[in-house]
Amino acid sequence: MNLTLKIWRQKNAQEKGKMVPYEVSEVSPDMSFLEMIDVLNEQLVKDGDEPVHFDHDCREGICGMCSMVINGRPHGPKQHITTCQLHMRSFSDGETITIEPWRAGSFPVVKDLVVDRSAFDRIIQAGGYVSVNTGGVPDANAIPIPKRIADEAFDAATCIGCGACVAACKNASAMLFVSAKVAQLAMLPQGQVERRNRVEKMIAQMDEEGFGACTNTGACSAECPKDISLTNIAKLNREYMSAKLTSDNI
Amino acid sequence: MSTVLNSKVPEGPIAEKWSKHKFNVKLVNPANKRKYDIIVVGTGLAGASAAASLGELGYNVQAFCFQDSPRRAHSIAAQGGINAAKNYQNDGDSIHRLFYDTVKGGDYRSREANVYRLAEVSVNIIDQCVAQGVPFARDYGGLLSNRSFGGAQVSRTFYARGQTGQQLLLGAYSALSRQVANGKVKLHSRSEMLDIVMVDGKARGIVTRDLITGKIESHSAHAVVLATGGYGNVFFLSTNAMGSNVTAAWRAHKKGAFFANPCFTQIHPTCIPVSGDHQSKLTLMSESLRNDGRVWVPKKAIKGLLAKDAVKLAEEDRDYYLERKYPSFGNLVPRDVASRNAKTVCDEGRGVGTTGLAVFLDFKDAIKRDGKDLIEAKYGNLFDMYQQITGDNPYEVPMMIYPAVHYTMGGLWVDYNLQTNVPGLYALGECNFSDHGANRLGASALMQGLADGYFVLPYTIGDYLSGISYEKIPTTHESFVKAEKEVKDTVNKLLSIKGSKTVDEFHKKLGHIMWDYCGMSRNEEGLKKAKGMIRELREEFWKDVNVVGSPDELNMSLEKAGRVADFLELGELMVDDALHREESCGGHFREESQTPEGEALRIDKKFSFVSAWEFTGENQEENLHKEELEFENVKLTQRSYK
Ligand SMILES: Cc1cc2nc3c(=O)[nH]c(=O)nc-3n(C[C@H](O)[C@H](O)[C@H](O)COP(=O)(O)OP(=O)(O)OC[C@H]3O[C@@H](n4cnc5c(N)ncnc54)[C@H](O)[C@@H]3O)c2cc1C
Ligand code: SF4
Ligand code: FES
Repeated sequence: MNLTLKIWRQKNAQEKGKMVPYEVSEVSPDMSFLEMIDVLNEQLVKDGDEPVHFDHDCREGICGMCSMVINGRPHGPKQHITTCQLHMRSFSDGETITIEPWRAGSFPVVKDLVVDRSAFDRIIQAGGYVSVNTGGVPDANAIPIPKRIADEAFDAATCIGCGACVAACKNASAMLFVSAKVAQLAMLPQGQVERRNRVEKMIAQMDEEGFGACTNTGACSAECPKDISLTNIAKLNREYMSAKLTSDNI
Repeated sequence: MSTVLNSKVPEGPIAEKWSKHKFNVKLVNPANKRKYDIIVVGTGLAGASAAASLGELGYNVQAFCFQDSPRRAHSIAAQGGINAAKNYQNDGDSIHRLFYDTVKGGDYRSREANVYRLAEVSVNIIDQCVAQGVPFARDYGGLLSNRSFGGAQVSRTFYARGQTGQQLLLGAYSALSRQVANGKVKLHSRSEMLDIVMVDGKARGIVTRDLITGKIESHSAHAVVLATGGYGNVFFLSTNAMGSNVTAAWRAHKKGAFFANPCFTQIHPTCIPVSGDHQSKLTLMSESLRNDGRVWVPKKAIKGLLAKDAVKLAEEDRDYYLERKYPSFGNLVPRDVASRNAKTVCDEGRGVGTTGLAVFLDFKDAIKRDGKDLIEAKYGNLFDMYQQITGDNPYEVPMMIYPAVHYTMGGLWVDYNLQTNVPGLYALGECNFSDHGANRLGASALMQGLADGYFVLPYTIGDYLSGISYEKIPTTHESFVKAEKEVKDTVNKLLSIKGSKTVDEFHKKLGHIMWDYCGMSRNEEGLKKAKGMIRELREEFWKDVNVVGSPDELNMSLEKAGRVADFLELGELMVDDALHREESCGGHFREESQTPEGEALRIDKKFSFVSAWEFTGENQEENLHKEELEFENVKLTQRSYK
C-alpha cells in the first residue's frame, strides 16, 4: 500500500518543530509500524537527508521505549499495544497518518519524535523501592502472600514506564504511572514499612517535575498499552490521604 | 600459555570453593570504600544489580546505559523465567543437580567451579528479589510457584507470568534508583561507552559519547565493570533488542581483553518466521509452547503451504519429525537439537509458508485433549501476540515457527573473580563467556546476570581494589587524551565517508553471511568463504558507507554505524573460532563432526578447552590461547535425547 505520513520534525530542544509530509510506497501489511518508518528512513538516508529520529529498542512491547502519537492517539489506534506492536494491516491504502511525539511539559522534545522522560526515573528515585540491601534478607517463602494479592500487585507492576498515560492526559498528569508503583508496593508485605513515606515522596517529586493534576478523565488508562487500571489511582489517593493524616514527614 | 590464562579457581572440594574463597579474598575497610570509584557500563540485570550492590557497600559508582532509562535494558524482554535450586517443590532438586544439568546442558564446555558457584548463589537471588517486591507467581497457599522449563526434569523455574525479565529488572532498577537517591551511584543514561582507558596496564576509565549532545567525555575510576549484554545482533536479525551490540566488549578486546568462545551462539527454535526483507527483528515465542504444541512438516514437500490449508492435510501426510526421531524427549528436545532439525527439514524442501523457512507448531491435539479454555489460560497472551504479528489465529490453524539467533554464550574471557585478563576490568552477565559452555539452558541467563551482579562481583572486586592505591587519575592524563582523540577520529571518519550505502544495508549483508555460514550448521568450506566475504564487506563499509548528520547532536545513524563497524570485525573472529573448533558441541554444529545418525559429535580429547582470542592489530589474525577444562565432578557423556 501507499501512504502519506505527516511527521513532526524538530532538530533539537531549542529549535521549533513542524509537521513535514512524506510519501511511502510498497508498504506491506505484515510490516510493523516501526518497520514502515525504517523504510522511510532508509529512503531519506539514501537521499542524503536526516532520518526521522524515534525511540525504540525491544520492538516487542516491553521496554517502554517507543513512543509515538499516531493520528492523535498515543501508541496508535489499537488498544493495549505499544507503537512497536502495531502492524500496518491496521491501516489502509492511500491513508494519511500523522505522527507526533509525546506532548507534555515534563517530557521535553529532544529531537523529532524523541522526548526526555527522565522525570519518571526521578520519581522512582524518590521512593519507588523497598529499602533492602543485597544479602541478609529472609527466605523467599518465609512470608506467604495470598495469590489474589500477588496477582493484583503483579497487574500494577506490569507498567512499562512508557509515558503514554501522560501524553494522553489533557493535564499531562503522571498519576497512572505513579499509582502503579505505589499500589504494587502498598499491596505487598515487603512494601509496608515505607508505605507512607513512599507515597508522599513520590507525589512530591511528581509535583516538582511539573506534571499536571488528575481530573479523573480516564484517558490515561484507556491509552495505556498495559491496561493499568484506574483503580490504582483510587488506591494512590487513599494511600496519600492516610499518609498525610499520620505523616512522619512534617 | 597457561601463565597468561590463570582461571584462579580456588583449591578444595567443589562445594567449598566459594565459601573458602570469600574468606580468603582481601577486604576493603568500610571506611575506605568511599575512596574507590567504580564504573559500571550497562544497567541490565547484571549491571543494575552490580551497581546497586557496590553502591550499598559504599563505593562510588558511575553507571552508564545507552537507553533513555536504565529500566529499558534488554533484560526487560526475558519471558520464561529464572532457575534456582530452592527445591521448594520437593522434587529432588539440589545445588548439585542444577550444577550438573548446567554443565551437561552446556555440553561440557564450561568451567565447573564457576557453574557450581552459580547454582549455589541461585537460591539467594530469589530471596533478594522477593524482598525487593518482585511479584513472582504464587500458588493458592501463597507460596512461590515453579515450573519446569526447557526440558528440565525438575520444577525449578521461578516466573512472573511471561514477564520475568521485566519484573527482575524492575527490582534491580529499584535498588539502583535507591542508590542514585543516596548519592552513591551517578547515572549516565543515553551515554555510550566507546573505549576503555588503560594506565600502566590497568583499566582506569572509559570514554563515552553523550548521545544527546554528541560530547565525547572521559570518566576515570579505579576499576571498570562491563555488563553490556550479548552480541546476537551480529546476525542482524535476532530476538535481541535493536540496540544490543558488542561495541563495549569489542573495544575492550582491542585494548587487550581476550574474547572467549565467540562462535558459541544459541539459536532458539520457537520464533516467528521472517516475513520479508523489511523485517527488523525476530520475536521469540516462549519455549513453553513446546510443552503442548506438536512440531510437524508435510511428509512430501508442498510448496508454499499456508497454515489455513495445512489444517486440511491428513494425519498420514504429516511428519511429526521430533516425535519420530526422539521418542523419549519428543517436542521437548533441547534448543539446539530442535533448531537443527527444523533447518534440516527445510533444507529438504519440506519447509512451509511462503518462504519455505518455517515449520508448524500445532495445538490442535492439545485443544482437543484439554479444551480451548485451558490452552487459553496457559498461552492466551502468546496466542494473541502471534495473531497480532502474523494475522493467523493459532486456536484454529497451526502456528508457524522458525529458529532465530537468541543468545551468545561467548564473550569476554574472565577468571573465577569475573575479572578479564586486563587488571581492573571485569565482565558480567551475557557480556562474559562463563557458565553456559557451548549451550545455555532456558532460564539460566537471568540467574547468571543476577548472580554475577548481586553475589559474586561485590566480593571479588574488593580483592583487587584493596591492592591498589586510592589515588585518582585525572582525565587530563595522556592516556585519556589519546583515547578521546581516537574516538573522535573514528566518529569523524564515519561521517566523512559519505558513500552510497546505508549502515543497515551493510548490517543486513553481514547478517546473511553469518546466518548462512556461521549459523545453525557450519563447515570448513563455508566458513573459509565467509571469512573472505566479511573482509570484503568490511573494506567496502569503510569506503562506501553513508552516515548522515553531524557529530554534535542526537545522531542515530552514527550510533548504528559504530556498532556495525564493530560487528564487522567480530564476525570474522566468530568465523575463525568456528573454523578452529573442528568438533560439534552445543550450539556449534560442525558438519564434519557428527555421529552416524547425524547428531552432534564432541571430540573431548582435542577440544575440551575454552578458546580465548587475543587481538594483535587491525586486520591481523588473532592469537589463540586455550584454557584447558578439567572435569572432576561430572562425567563427560555424549548427550542423547533419543
Ligand atoms: C526475547 C528474549 C527472551 C529471553 N528470555 C529469557 C528467559 O526467560 N530466561 C533467561 O534466563 N534468559 C532469557 N533471555 C536471555 C537474557 O534476557 C539475557 O541474556 C540477559 O538479560 C542479559 O542481561 P545483561 O545484564 O547481561 O545485559 P542486557 O540486559 O543486555 O543489558 C546491557 C546493558 O548494557 C548497556 N550497554 C551496552 N552497550 C553499551 C555501551 N557501549 N555503552 C553504554 N552502555 C551499553 C545497555 O544500555 C544495557 O543497559 C532472553 C533473551 C531474549 C532476547
Ligand atoms: S501506566 Fe501505562 S501508559 Fe503509563 S507509563 Fe505505565 S504502561 Fe505506560
Ligand atoms: S520498542 Fe520496546 S516497547 Fe516498543
